[in-house]
Amino acid sequence: MPILWLRVALGCYGVGLLYALVALTRTSDLLGRIALHAAYLGMVFHLVSLAEAMQLSGQIALTSVHNAESVLAFLIMVIFLIIYMVYKTTSPGIVVFPLVFLLTLVAVAGQQPFLRMPPGVRKGWLIAHVALIFTGYAALFVSFGASLLYLIQEHTLKSKKSSGILSRLPALEVIDDIGYRSLLLGFPFMTLGLIAGTIVAQVTFGRINFLDPKILLSVLMWIVYMVMVYTRWTAGWRGRRAAYLAAGVFAAALIAWSANYFSAIHRFVQS
Amino acid sequence: MNFRLIGVNHNSAPVEVRERLAIPESKLPDALQRFVAHPGVAEGVILSTCNRVELLARTQNGAADLRSFLHSYFHLDPAELEPHLYDYSENDAVRHLFRVTSSLDSMVIGEAQILGQVKEAYATARAVGAVHSQLDLLLTRAFAVAKRVRTETAVGSSAVSVASVAVELAKKIFGSLQGKHVYLVGAGKMSELAARHLQAHGAASIFVANRTYDRAQQLAAKFNGEAIHFSEIYNTCDRADIVITSTGAPVAIFKRAHGEMFLSRRKNRPMFFIDIAVPRDVDPEMNKLDGIFVYDIDDLQQAVTAHVTDRKKEASRAEDIINVEVERFQARLQALEVVPTIVSLQDHIETIRQAEIDRVRGRLGFLSPEQELAIEALTRGIVNKILHTPISALKTAARDSEATTVVDVVRRLFNLREGKPAKSGREPGERE
Repeated sequence: MPILWLRVALGCYGVGLLYALVALTRTSDLLGRIALHAAYLGMVFHLVSLAEAMQLSGQIALTSVHNAESVLAFLIMVIFLIIYMVYKTTSPGIVVFPLVFLLTLVAVAGQQPFLRMPPGVRKGWLIAHVALIFTGYAALFVSFGASLLYLIQEHTLKSKKSSGILSRLPALEVIDDIGYRSLLLGFPFMTLGLIAGTIVAQVTFGRINFLDPKILLSVLMWIVYMVMVYTRWTAGWRGRRAAYLAAGVFAAALIAWSANYFSAIHRFVQS
Repeated sequence: MNFRLIGVNHNSAPVEVRERLAIPESKLPDALQRFVAHPGVAEGVILSTCNRVELLARTQNGAADLRSFLHSYFHLDPAELEPHLYDYSENDAVRHLFRVTSSLDSMVIGEAQILGQVKEAYATARAVGAVHSQLDLLLTRAFAVAKRVRTETAVGSSAVSVASVAVELAKKIFGSLQGKHVYLVGAGKMSELAARHLQAHGAASIFVANRTYDRAQQLAAKFNGEAIHFSEIYNTCDRADIVITSTGAPVAIFKRAHGEMFLSRRKNRPMFFIDIAVPRDVDPEMNKLDGIFVYDIDDLQQAVTAHVTDRKKEASRAEDIINVEVERFQARLQALEVVPTIVSLQDHIETIRQAEIDRVRGRLGFLSPEQELAIEALTRGIVNKILHTPISALKTAARDSEATTVVDVVRRLFNLREGKPAKSGREPGERE
């Protein structure tokens, strides 16, 4: 059943994807509204799917990479919705919908049987670790998306072609605000998530091997993240520089994520 | 239908003619009363704005000399007025009204004021009782058409003056202008206008710097703003989010280095320079800085031109909508003309049938219920079969332009009285 609900959710996000593609060529209020409702609906099905998967496997459904992607997609949607509620704009959807669709598609296509977690892992801390880190990832991605929109909007304004493509993006300062706030939002989650991860590792392995690629890269990512928040806060970096930084943090996060495939201590359970 | 419309507008008549025809608001009710008292005029609306004066009337049987009303009301020489006058009747009058209300006939296509002006003219005409039946329908329809044009096309959605383009751009950068500061360098008319626009959209405070401090003070007083000595501009300019420059300086007064300085003082918060001076006051290099946006007079003018072109494109889509709406309105009116005739025709024949049954019934003696029913069915059947053709002919006529003729013929053939029949709840063609 979870896979069925996930497929329905995928269909709903597909409408959002369509909106994202159309929004690149012309603006349509109607499609924006439809996309928003499709997104609501998709999230409901998505949540049902996640809940059922969790119930079936008896634990948080993150032991396979595809379930993890499903959770990540859901969290990104949650942040997208928070932004919509605060700023009344669906424009971040241009960036958010394609990624969420892709993540969900991969999750739908590659479902694996549920697997048990290795014994000796403290479940509570693990759940906290994963939930916090993923929320951090989702916020980071949205911030990155906002940076892209900022660049597009800035370019439109600088090139002085006001009409036409994407003429209904939110104002530059609004996009900037969205990017900055999601960046700030993500940071405590990421930090607490890493702390929780450290605790899990300590309990499970006794001591922490700091040379393990996963840990090394995670720490590196956290440092880049902190630098980014700091420069934005003190120097008010925005625009191109902020977008490059956000892209940098995002890349660091991706690398840290990919370490799951070759880390000795932190990987998805193999079937 | 019997609609007539005559008038002058900014295309047909120069202002010297228009100003002599203009009717001030206070005199409008009186003019309307005289208008509907004019022979042949059943209902009337007068629209008088600075760009047009138009008389719209529903005439009795199409015959009314609206020109003579104009001449007598304004005491004008007919020959003087004639070359500037346009005169539409029936569908053309409807189309013209729809175009005017939808702002397609305006000097600046798509401007929003005209709809309000027509609405006022309508309200005044209603208040004095100059509008009651068909003109009421027509004007209500015109407002609906205008709304449709506005929502389905982008004819009124873009800014078409330099000042409004500036506001639009400022909003693209800052979102809301609430709490934003505006800095005028040079106290020209244009910059004053732009500042006024920005203030109307919520800009918080206005600073004015000018080579002659007195002039700066004068202008600042107008905006409740703050005058600044010209020598202080580089120290104070970073306080503003929007800078409007219009000095007569021969070389740029804001260079890239200044921009960098402002940005670092502002922690990179964006700035918007509107340079309406020629030669330019702001070095175009400034536009290359992250977070500074510079628009010179040509950029603004280009945006205006682009928007005007957009509006023209949209206007042709709007014309299509209006053509459809004119036809729809015509069909609706004709249907309205046909319905009473159908109803009175049915009533008339039904009365005859009942009378004939009552007359003969006595001679038939006792009849069983089945026989009674059979007589009913027989007479009804005959009546319906005979009525079928004329009623469908009337319904077909409602869709063509010959409705009035067919209605007339049917009324004469069946000797139906003129005027509306007693209110009947029935739909035409439906038998009880």
